[in-house]
Amino acid sequence: MIRLMGMRAFSSLPRWSGRVLAGLWLLAAPGSAVADGRPGAFPAWSFSGPLGHFDLASVQRGYGVYAAVCSACHGLEQVHYSDLAGMGLKAEDIQALSAARQTMDGLDAEGHVQRRPARPDDRILSPYVSPAAARAANRGVAPPDLSRVVMVRPGGASRIYGLLTGYAPDAHWQEGRGFRNPYGISGFTAMPPPLHEGGAQYADGTAATVAQQARDVTTFLAWVSAPHQDERRRLGVGAALYLCFLAGLFMILTRRIWSYVSK
Amino acid sequence: MADETPPCGQGNTGTAQAEAGPLAFVRAYAAFPLPADLNWLWTFGAVLVALLGLMLASGLFLALTYTPDAGLAFSSVESIERRIPYGWLLRAMHMTGASFCMAALYVHILRGLYYRAYLPPRQAVWGSGCALMAMLMITAFAGYVLPWGQMSYWGADVAGRAVATLPLVGGWLGRVVLGGETPGTATLHRMFVLHFALAFVIVGGIALHVAVLHRRGSSGPSGRAPEPPGGMLPFHPYFTARDMLAVVLVALAFVLVMGLWPELIAEPANYRPANPLHTPVDIEPEWYFLPFYGMMQFVPFQLGGVVLAGGAVAVLFAVPWLDKGGRAGEQPLVRLLALALLVGAAVVAACAGRHHAHGAWLLAGRMAMGVYYAYFLLFLPWLGRPTTPVASDDAKEARA
Repeated sequence: MIRLMGMRAFSSLPRWSGRVLAGLWLLAAPGSAVADGRPGAFPAWSFSGPLGHFDLASVQRGYGVYAAVCSACHGLEQVHYSDLAGMGLKAEDIQALSAARQTMDGLDAEGHVQRRPARPDDRILSPYVSPAAARAANRGVAPPDLSRVVMVRPGGASRIYGLLTGYAPDAHWQEGRGFRNPYGISGFTAMPPPLHEGGAQYADGTAATVAQQARDVTTFLAWVSAPHQDERRRLGVGAALYLCFLAGLFMILTRRIWSYVSK
Repeated sequence: MADETPPCGQGNTGTAQAEAGPLAFVRAYAAFPLPADLNWLWTFGAVLVALLGLMLASGLFLALTYTPDAGLAFSSVESIERRIPYGWLLRAMHMTGASFCMAALYVHILRGLYYRAYLPPRQAVWGSGCALMAMLMITAFAGYVLPWGQMSYWGADVAGRAVATLPLVGGWLGRVVLGGETPGTATLHRMFVLHFALAFVIVGGIALHVAVLHRRGSSGPSGRAPEPPGGMLPFHPYFTARDMLAVVLVALAFVLVMGLWPELIAEPANYRPANPLHTPVDIEPEWYFLPFYGMMQFVPFQLGGVVLAGGAVAVLFAVPWLDKGGRAGEQPLVRLLALALLVGAAVVAACAGRHHAHGAWLLAGRMAMGVYYAYFLLFLPWLGRPTTPVASDDAKEARA
């Protein structure tokens, strides 16, 4: 499944780099283990490894999960709505997508927080007006910002996926510790189990199982943490091939010039 | 004001009288004689120039967006990475360039140590090089503070407290460096100005370094032999071609690290915004400062650590006086072994620094520091002890 989607996204790469990468694809492709939805079994991330790439369909579905579930508590403060163009959206899509969300817009005459529909150049803010409000609403623990979460959390994408799917079926709040989850810090997390069967609606008809949602939202968060990763890798491969060629020419030149020197 | 001196460069006649003007300068530069037996280690000077050019170019563009304010610095760097056109590429080049610069610098210095490039008549080349190294280190540190992530903030905090341990002026100097008791907007302004200004001072320093080199002549792998095997060759085309090839090969490694393995040089913790209320469990500098950071921790009292870590850099300045240039123990194998021990000691000190220097790591780190200092304070004087009368060196001044 993952591999099929990967191949589809792969074919959409610019042709030149497609050819370049084609030979390396088998080396770079993650192992053929396919996530079977069992908690604890990690999906083979298409974006891991030095030549990986993001499955943009999954990234887009993941934004749907973020908007429907995660954004109730977590912000993406460093991301503007317009930045989401990088996951394959058009300007009209961004306009519609931002208008569907409320954002804070200063205080009104009585000192209450005003909200208005977001615009593309707005940040994707946390829903809470302040860290104190975030703590008060979440049993004393402020939900972290997710702008770079996959990069800064030890364990990366698989840890996030594990956290989202690793709750025991009867997980309940334990005072002073949180919900038991083997992927939380010292086995506990303050976040209540966020994902539920059908908790998000997918426009492309994919079944919104918990595992699917977790995989998509993790892919989205990984993309948000490194939005230019695919471009950077393509550039790295292209520039490296060019420099190999150039190095060959300079090697010939150097050998020829130095051939005049008697050894 | 009438200039009475006759014009010396009348047209590009190519004769000896045309000694002024950019063209003559380039010609003199191209004809600069170098020993024919220079090996590939002598290309790292050119590699460093190329890398510093890249740092200067990418840094100037980064400075167009960067905002040195404690409340804005982190998000200005995030906006460079996320939405300035090709900002991610500029920042990636600048970050990768910092590590590559320091790596190339260390190779350049180790080459100088191994081939004793600091011996007369080139002490000034070595000295200007050491000054450049110190400036590059300060610039690299100041630059690492600028993104204002967790490691930036706590790195500045550690540095400020290290400076404050110095006797007499320490407290005052610490406040001058940080612009207050703790890092903040004032620190960022200082670091930004320092980073930006020192970059151009370094450019001037390189010009000086190269000018002194041209005056004194290049060192060579054959050491103090009066005439290198194979004679001398002009800089162009022999060494320009080789330097270009070296630059291209380093560029190849550069784009591979930047494009495919950025995690080798990026510190994930620095993508968390600076938080003065939350001290990270592991505060550690970039890899190129780890040996010195380790040495700071090997001594039970702070001042001793700071002095020994600073001394590890400062001792390089003293190398021309430590190695008197005698010919005792000039066997390359001995020097190679000693240099390998020095590098190994630096690596062990770096590892110990990462492991908070406790338990076995503390012991290993202290031994490594001993080996490091022994290279300079015992091995070099032994190497340079005058057992045989030293011949007059003036005859071999490399300017043929």
